[in-house]
Amino acid sequence: MDIAVCIKRVPLSPGRWTLTADGTEIDTSSSAMGWTLSPHEECATEAAVQLKETDGGTVTAFTLGTPESSEQIRELMAVGVDRGVLLETDGAEWDAQATAAALAEAIRADETDFSAVILGTESADVSGYQVGVRLAHALGWPIVTNVKGLSVSNGVARCERVVGSEREVYEVSLPAVIAVKDGVNIPRYPSVPGRIKARKKPIDTANPTRSDPRVEKVSLALPPQEAGTAEIIGNGPDAAPRVVEILKEIGVLA
Amino acid sequence: MSSLPSKAKCVVIGAGIVGNSMVYHLARLGWTDIVQIDKGPLPNPGGSTGHASNFIFLVDHNKEMAQLTLDSLRQYIELDTFFESGGIEVARTAERMQELNRRVTSGKSWGVDGMAILTPDEVKGMVPFIDESVILGGFYTKGVGVCDSLRAGTLMREKAIEMGALQSFANVEVKDLTVEDGHIKAVVTDQGTIEADYVVIATGCWSRQLAAMAGANIPLTPAVHQMKDIGPVAMFADAKGDLEYPIVRDMDTNMYERQHGTGLEIGSYAHRPILYDAEEIPSNAEAALSPTEFPFTPDDFADQDEHALELMPEIVGDEGAQEKYAINGLLSLTPDGMPILGETPEVKGLWSAAAVWVKEGPGVGRALAEWMVLGEPEIDLHASDIARFYPEQTTTKHIKDRANEGFNKTYGIVHPAEQWSSNRGVRKSPYYDREADLGAVFYETVLWERPFWYASNAGLVEKYGDAVMPRTAEWESRWWSPIINAEHLQMRETAGLVDLTAFALFDITGPGALATVQGVCMRQMDVAVGKVVYTPVLLPSGGWRSDLTVMRLGEDHFRVVTGGAHGMSDFKWFKDHAAEGATFTNLTDDISTLGVWGPNARAIVSAVTDADMSNEGFPFGTCREITIAGKSVLASRISYVGDLGWELYVSMADGPAVWDAIWAAGQEHGLIPVGIGVYGTTGRLEKAYRAYGPELEGDFNVIEAGMATKKVKDADFVGKESYLRHREEEPAATLCVLTVDDHTSSTGEKRYMMGGEPILTLEGESIVDPHGRISYVTSAGSAPSVGKHILMTYLPAEYSTPGTKLAVEYLGEQYPVTVTGSGALFDPNNERILS
Repeated sequence: MDIAVCIKRVPLSPGRWTLTADGTEIDTSSSAMGWTLSPHEECATEAAVQLKETDGGTVTAFTLGTPESSEQIRELMAVGVDRGVLLETDGAEWDAQATAAALAEAIRADETDFSAVILGTESADVSGYQVGVRLAHALGWPIVTNVKGLSVSNGVARCERVVGSEREVYEVSLPAVIAVKDGVNIPRYPSVPGRIKARKKPIDTANPTRSDPRVEKVSLALPPQEAGTAEIIGNGPDAAPRVVEILKEIGVLA
Repeated sequence: MSSLPSKAKCVVIGAGIVGNSMVYHLARLGWTDIVQIDKGPLPNPGGSTGHASNFIFLVDHNKEMAQLTLDSLRQYIELDTFFESGGIEVARTAERMQELNRRVTSGKSWGVDGMAILTPDEVKGMVPFIDESVILGGFYTKGVGVCDSLRAGTLMREKAIEMGALQSFANVEVKDLTVEDGHIKAVVTDQGTIEADYVVIATGCWSRQLAAMAGANIPLTPAVHQMKDIGPVAMFADAKGDLEYPIVRDMDTNMYERQHGTGLEIGSYAHRPILYDAEEIPSNAEAALSPTEFPFTPDDFADQDEHALELMPEIVGDEGAQEKYAINGLLSLTPDGMPILGETPEVKGLWSAAAVWVKEGPGVGRALAEWMVLGEPEIDLHASDIARFYPEQTTTKHIKDRANEGFNKTYGIVHPAEQWSSNRGVRKSPYYDREADLGAVFYETVLWERPFWYASNAGLVEKYGDAVMPRTAEWESRWWSPIINAEHLQMRETAGLVDLTAFALFDITGPGALATVQGVCMRQMDVAVGKVVYTPVLLPSGGWRSDLTVMRLGEDHFRVVTGGAHGMSDFKWFKDHAAEGATFTNLTDDISTLGVWGPNARAIVSAVTDADMSNEGFPFGTCREITIAGKSVLASRISYVGDLGWELYVSMADGPAVWDAIWAAGQEHGLIPVGIGVYGTTGRLEKAYRAYGPELEGDFNVIEAGMATKKVKDADFVGKESYLRHREEEPAATLCVLTVDDHTSSTGEKRYMMGGEPILTLEGESIVDPHGRISYVTSAGSAPSVGKHILMTYLPAEYSTPGTKLAVEYLGEQYPVTVTGSGALFDPNNERILS
């Protein structure tokens, strides 16, 4: 089966964030700044690749972002994504509705007839929880969110959610949108052959038009720094008694 | 944790391998009031040590680096922080196989044992996961392995604390370095100010930024080295240790691969150079990993993935071996690839211990501590001396240009005479245009453009035929021309004009001038005005610090002329040993130098001046002002090429008129332009003149170099006590001149040694003197006037008798050589110079 995954390029979390002078963006000008995607999306990709490995088919990664977002597509190609579609923007903010609309249009227009869209339940930077739902609505497909377990057989996806200490199980006929959470699987890292293959895989580009934003970002504020303190408990074997004490305090040892 | 003290004898900034080695060795040598600070946490403060790959290969063509590395290895072993795995450098090309043979010879010269050239099958036998079909062979060194630099550093720091000599503070950030009267005064931190007599900057990538706080310059740049760990590797699943196979360096692709437990680490110096400024390095709090571990950029590793797959398909081609850890790790690069060590020329008491990699860290710590405490290190650090740089070499442009150019040569086949191509044309003598018109081939010395030979002399090659000792092998022909030897022969017949503007010149004047030169120089400086004295300059131990000429231009006026390459460290040495009332003036950028030598030199110079240039009127070893073309010229009758003539010092502005006058007058006397190929090699070698660096360095003394004076002056001078003692001892080795008896290789080609090769007994054994020093070729080159290829080397007494037959190893083969003695093969009685 052919699966689409949707991902978003976000700054790699450094030890400490800084904002641009006008307070509207995360400052990404540092040369030490890296880029990544949400852990949920890494899991979404892994889920799609595992389904492909079991049942055959293809995985196509869609992203809406600047041309540099192709770096994240390339990373995913190194772990099994076959093709990429970059919906290129000039870096301006797209709200969830506009993003979902652009993705829906691209997925519908694509030459591949996808059986499922798998994405992360939320993005790592905005955490809006909206794009998946809005995309499903736009496509007219059902959606299951917060999925922590996933299997497919005979055109039906079995999705598990964790609610408190209980599990909810949904069965949904494909095509459907499935929004997964971190922990649904353990994503693989790239191998060298994966890296080499990734460099030869195709990325298509489209230029969607942004609809008028309905949600606008006014400003960002950094949360107060937690004043962490480190206790030096000793050096070498001298530290052992205190380690035992701490393990007892936190309930690891009786 | 106690608070920072307000005073210390010495503050060491940095707790990486270098800072930790420094505090230990300073404490070991007796300093008791040392404070160490680092802005990061311990034991891994976040600098380059923390992500170093930690392996140590032993062979380096550079003697100083090899000695520092071998000393570091000894220290890591003593601390029980070294694991020997062996290492193999593999070759994919024939040129690399030749280079591996060359590395064996360098290894023998510097005392590395357990080396072997391997066939591809033998490599496969030791590293079963290699595809031997992509290699032509390998170079194995048994003593290669991996150190634990964090552990070693911690142990050294703890030892210094145990000795009661050190207080060490983590998470303390330097905000400023204050200087008073040119001397370091205090380290200002975010947690208080520490006054100190000495401050050591051992902060790796950050060193330039810190030095700038004191107005000093440590010319280095942070640069990226990419590496990744893949795993789990099926073949290593049962690994009992971290490293069970030799480390492999895939030299032709600028990469290495090593087992790391159940993983394989792949590192590269092949990617595009990626340089940063220290200001761009995030703080510990801001960094995603450590401050010096930048996010991996896989696009830069594209070719390296392919190359690793070619060499180790079984492991690298396994999709299950995944990238567990991949970084763009920062390390430090310098404009010439050497570390930056010693007291900064700008600020007394401020020391640099920078651009040092893990493999040479403890050795540098020991050597620098010796330098600070004892006045000189056991390992001669002249090539790493921070004082070597001219201002033009410390600009950001120069650092970045050369770091960009040098990065991909990390595993490169670098010819000994290889020239830089970036940032050229920075320092030009006033004769540059005239030289360019004559087809000068320019080489660079400390950014001066110097003619090495002239295309205009190409016709002389035919004139002298086989006497130019033509070379057919590509390696020795590279960066060489038979025109050099043709210029040499023509100069010996008529005369040559040599541009020596790269010399460093400085004046010492005032009431303390005589005391200063007397205190620094070995020879008598209290000579008549107008005398020129060539003199050794000694270290306290009696080893060579420099050799140079001093002209007495007045009762209180001396002019020092020394080599360009180390002129600035000589300048610092004199200033550091100045007597009261001495004033220093650096004239290097104001005065140009021309040499005119050859049998016709007198006729030529006499034709352009009214001065008496006769042997009686202008004897050897004297200098005086003369007028040429209406310009004032200081003429000095000395020679480094073994012929009659003068060095002519003239202001940069007046230089061209003087050149033109000499050039015009020289035409009827057969004057040709002569390059540094003659001045630096052929002319000096057949006169057996020693050079600072190759022959004259801290390891050897004046007696061993065969340059003792008949008498020792009464005045005190640095190294006098040692010199007096050395005069009473039998020298452990003496400098000898050897000639090559047969140049023919096993393939029938004539091969010519280039310097650095081991001298062996006829049985092929290394020759070691009673001080443990191995005999190697200090300089090599043509002696066209005697039709021989000359090698210089130090030999113990049993081998130094003229006529002794020995061998030299060159690129894997041995060639017969004969000891001729220690003096000149050409004009041994100096009849030409004194004519």
